[in-house]
Amino acid sequence: MLRLCDVSKTFHPGTADAKLALDHLSLHVHPGDFISIIGANGAGKSTLFNAICGSFLPDTGTVYLDGKNITMMPEHKRAKQIGRLFQDPMRGSAPDMSIEENLYLAAGIGGWLAHITSANKKAFRDRLALLGMGLEDRMKQPVGLLSGGQRQALTLLMATYQTPKVLLLDEHTAALDPGTAEKVLSLTRSIVEENKITCLMITHNMQSALDLGNRTLMMDRGRIIYDVSGEERAKLTMRDLTDRFRQASGRALDNDRMLLS
Amino acid sequence: MSLDKILSLGQTALELGLVNALTVLALFLSYSMLNVCDLSTDGCFTLGAAIGAIVALSGHPWLSLPAAMLAGMLSGFVTALLQTRMGVQSLLAGIVVNTGLYSVNMALTGSKAQLNMNKTVTVFSLAKDALKGTALGGQFKLIVLLVAVALVILFLSLFLRTRLGLAIRATGSNADMVRSSSINPVFTTTVGLCISNSFTALSGCLMAQQQKSFDINMGSGMVTVALASLLIGGVFLGRRSVPLRAIGAVLGAFIFRLVYALALRLNMPAFMLKAVSSLIVVLAISGPYLKTQGGLMLRRYRASRERGLA
Repeated sequence: MLRLCDVSKTFHPGTADAKLALDHLSLHVHPGDFISIIGANGAGKSTLFNAICGSFLPDTGTVYLDGKNITMMPEHKRAKQIGRLFQDPMRGSAPDMSIEENLYLAAGIGGWLAHITSANKKAFRDRLALLGMGLEDRMKQPVGLLSGGQRQALTLLMATYQTPKVLLLDEHTAALDPGTAEKVLSLTRSIVEENKITCLMITHNMQSALDLGNRTLMMDRGRIIYDVSGEERAKLTMRDLTDRFRQASGRALDNDRMLLS
Repeated sequence: MSLDKILSLGQTALELGLVNALTVLALFLSYSMLNVCDLSTDGCFTLGAAIGAIVALSGHPWLSLPAAMLAGMLSGFVTALLQTRMGVQSLLAGIVVNTGLYSVNMALTGSKAQLNMNKTVTVFSLAKDALKGTALGGQFKLIVLLVAVALVILFLSLFLRTRLGLAIRATGSNADMVRSSSINPVFTTTVGLCISNSFTALSGCLMAQQQKSFDINMGSGMVTVALASLLIGGVFLGRRSVPLRAIGAVLGAFIFRLVYALALRLNMPAFMLKAVSSLIVVLAISGPYLKTQGGLMLRRYRASRERGLA
């Protein structure tokens, strides 16, 4: 499905700020995988996503999607097959445009000179209703008026409108209040399960890292230091995870946000 | 002031306002929609005027309109290329193109800073002949300009509803979102600037033919005048649908010209036009900012006084 072979990336090479963000990282994602990714700040989790999305060209290594080498493919072309949600709910939609206009662009229906038809509107309505947030009655309103949770739910819908091959979730509920986060997370789960989307999710919440999905990766200093699935994962507790981290990296998983949640 | 004078004042303001309105609509697309402040506007306006004058002088008044628009498109393409593909900052790209266009315009006119079109057949003189004897005979200038402005508004209203038009709007609102919708923002920026500059050049072309003269400096300060008009229009029809906002831009151009014409009547010297337009732009942009800052200062002042009394 998605395969990264020996991918490395150094930021600011040759300067005092040089940082090895990905260290000869290899990863094989199987179709239908739901992978949760944990690790301290700066471990390279988001950089991994950037490499998959094509935000930069890796220094070494190759990225394959469905057997096709996409290492050199520009970001906007990959976006057809790779959906992505960020922590910042404002990042995924255009605030000055209406809900239906945002959805129309994300849906990618029709040629350049096509415009929103009543059939499109009906389809958008039906999809929006699934979110259960009443957005289907506010389709003409600018997205800038929505709350963070509503915008993130809309972004989720936009990213999955045309079922992507891979969905990347970069702590997409971290900026939301607990109730809304729970709601967006359960929407994510149902959309991913319904469309059988292969999914990678970065989280700081250890419990949801273990509860969600079928596989968990732990990252540190640009490497995957622990990759667990199946029975071993089923028996894992949060304590095991933190122990495992100390053992693999030689230091404590020193992230307050992570331990508390 | 007699009624006649007021009417003629209004008519001049309307005519000049409509010519400028085309540039204002161009900035409506680049500044309001695409969120690019296109500083090549001045040079592009003059470019359109130069092309309009030369092609009309060579005996092809109708051809001058598409020729000017094509030249504007080319200029917009260069500006877009500089900022999307060659790493030149957006503002600088406009300034660089604007400077370069001065030489281009001089080269086009054969190193003449002025061209006279007193006896030249223009789209306006053609309209004058066509409407001779009809009830609208005296208003030929207004009619030509109204048709041009109406066509541009119609185009913008329809175009900004298409997927390409929406993508251009989204590029100004959130380029990340455009990219994740599998659309290349480089492409949308380029198309947007090409279209917007073609309107700017059309505006210059009509201005030259209406005044029956070309001057190498006729575009200078145009970007500020047009921005001022755009922001005035935004006060009236800012938060509405796209077609209404476009009409607001035209209204802004008219109001700007009307206020200016009145100020001239009240013996304001003509050279003050640019200072006034600068002031309007500054007020319209910094007004909301100063308002919040003023409110904060007032609160601080009150708080410090209360502390002082306690």
